[in-house]
Amino acid sequence: MAFLEVKGIKKNYGSLQVLKGIDFSLQKGEVLAIIGSSGSGKTTLLRCLNMLEIPSEGSFYLDGELIYDAVRHVKANDSELRKKRLHFGLVFQNFNLFPQYNVKQNIMLAPKLLRKKVVSAAKKDLRKKKLNVVFYPLRGSKKNFYNLLKEEKNKLLSEEKYFAEKLSSQAEELLAGVGLSDKATAYPCQLSGGQSQRVAIARALALEPDVLCFDEPTSALDPELTGEVLKVIRGLKSSSRTMIVVTHEMDFARSVADKVIFMADGVIEEEGTPEEVFGNPKSEKTKAFLLKAEDRI
Amino acid sequence: MSFAEVTLELLKGFAVTCQLFILTLVLALPLGLIIAFGSMSRFLPLKYVTKAFVWVIRGTPLMLQVIAVFYVPGLVFDLPMSSRMLAVLIAFVINYACYFSEIYRGGIESISKGQYEAGQVLGLTKTQIFFKIVLFQVIKRIIPPMSNEIITLVKDTSLARIIAVEELTRLSQDIVNVYGIVWPLFYAGAFYLVFNGLLSVLLSWVEKKMDFYKG
Ligand SMILES: Nc1ncnc2c1ncn2[C@@H]1O[C@H](COP(=O)(O)OP(=O)(O)O)[C@@H](O)[C@H]1O
Ligand SMILES: [Mg+2]
Repeated sequence: MAFLEVKGIKKNYGSLQVLKGIDFSLQKGEVLAIIGSSGSGKTTLLRCLNMLEIPSEGSFYLDGELIYDAVRHVKANDSELRKKRLHFGLVFQNFNLFPQYNVKQNIMLAPKLLRKKVVSAAKKDLRKKKLNVVFYPLRGSKKNFYNLLKEEKNKLLSEEKYFAEKLSSQAEELLAGVGLSDKATAYPCQLSGGQSQRVAIARALALEPDVLCFDEPTSALDPELTGEVLKVIRGLKSSSRTMIVVTHEMDFARSVADKVIFMADGVIEEEGTPEEVFGNPKSEKTKAFLLKAEDRI
Repeated sequence: MSFAEVTLELLKGFAVTCQLFILTLVLALPLGLIIAFGSMSRFLPLKYVTKAFVWVIRGTPLMLQVIAVFYVPGLVFDLPMSSRMLAVLIAFVINYACYFSEIYRGGIESISKGQYEAGQVLGLTKTQIFFKIVLFQVIKRIIPPMSNEIITLVKDTSLARIIAVEELTRLSQDIVNVYGIVWPLFYAGAFYLVFNGLLSVLLSWVEKKMDFYKG
């Protein structure tokens, strides 16, 4: 089984069928480029993978684990959904940075909040232990017990501190990775589009998703700024990082992707290696689309 | 009546005015948020009942509401209001909560869907998204309209005199009636002016404080 297996994904909005059965698979470390004219369902597909939309039919698996199956899907509870969702990351066309947080805070917010859940559970546990003493007689010495509790608490605190430091340095590394070390304390409103998108990429990377999706990451940018973002994405390619990039940048798709999918009207019209799809397209629709794309440049 | 005596009397009224102002604000701000959630609920009956309620409260005079809250329990349910101040406070809190709820709603609805979705794909809970991402942006956006309402509230407290709560306007009016002197009215006006002046300074300071980012 491939790393990512997508099987028969369909999505309807009322009577409008936007995805009409999407199947594909992806190996770990591969980059998939999805091309196609606007309205063909590319965004909807990414949103389904990230569970911003619930597919009407179909299923997908990641690393053998079932992430979603429309048949077996009994309204998943919220925490389960969130856990599965974390396998995927999504970089939006228009960044969606949090304006009231500076660049570094944007990157650290989610890891911090996710960590908080764990810590508060541990703290609750500790309090419970303390309370239990009131109701149940202690075996062994009281002093010993309290010392143990104290030790546990100290351990928790030092772990906290360690986590905070690690997170901070991780955020700085990520910023360096996208070439924005000097912008750590800048607010999103002070950044250019290209810089904003690079922060958004760093923010998505901070959660170490198994599959990172990009929805037209350069479409909202001025032409002279697309290069810096594409360069960052190109640099992310590695054996462990699986990526899906929806893009209109054909040269980029051609040079970075291991696999290309051309979508039209909610179906995969053509798929293959970049050489196959760009060099020797079989479908008439693909040919027409590629011709038009060339015209635009 | 000497200036000092009038001052003392008006200060007494001003204390009541302040009490009404602060209590209304403290209670109506959170209640307004709850009403706002009600009027945005996806559970349609709740949504429409809330919207109808807000419509009625905003569509009728506050003075009428004060009178209603004071008399209806006694005359209709045989449970007379124990305190005039309480009656006024209830009417004010409900009235202002409804106005605030509309401001909150406008603020919340002005936040783009993308902010929620960005939070969702980062694995945050709905509560975390609201309190850690959305709320602050809403607050920044609603401070100007809220400031207007808050300044209006200061002046509206004078409506409490309609059921004989001894606030600033009522006491100054009493002085005019009893002693036949007019200037305490203007003096009372100065109290409102100074209070509102200070409030404006405070509110614009808050607005400035939140100006560290745009958007
Ligand atoms: N929430 C929605 N409700 C109804 N129709 C939608 C919704 N989202 C997308 N669509 C429709 O689905 C089709 C595919 O949209 P989309 O996935 O955004 O295409 P693409 O990203 O390829 O341009 C479009 O026709 C669009 O109008
Ligand atoms: Mg799209």
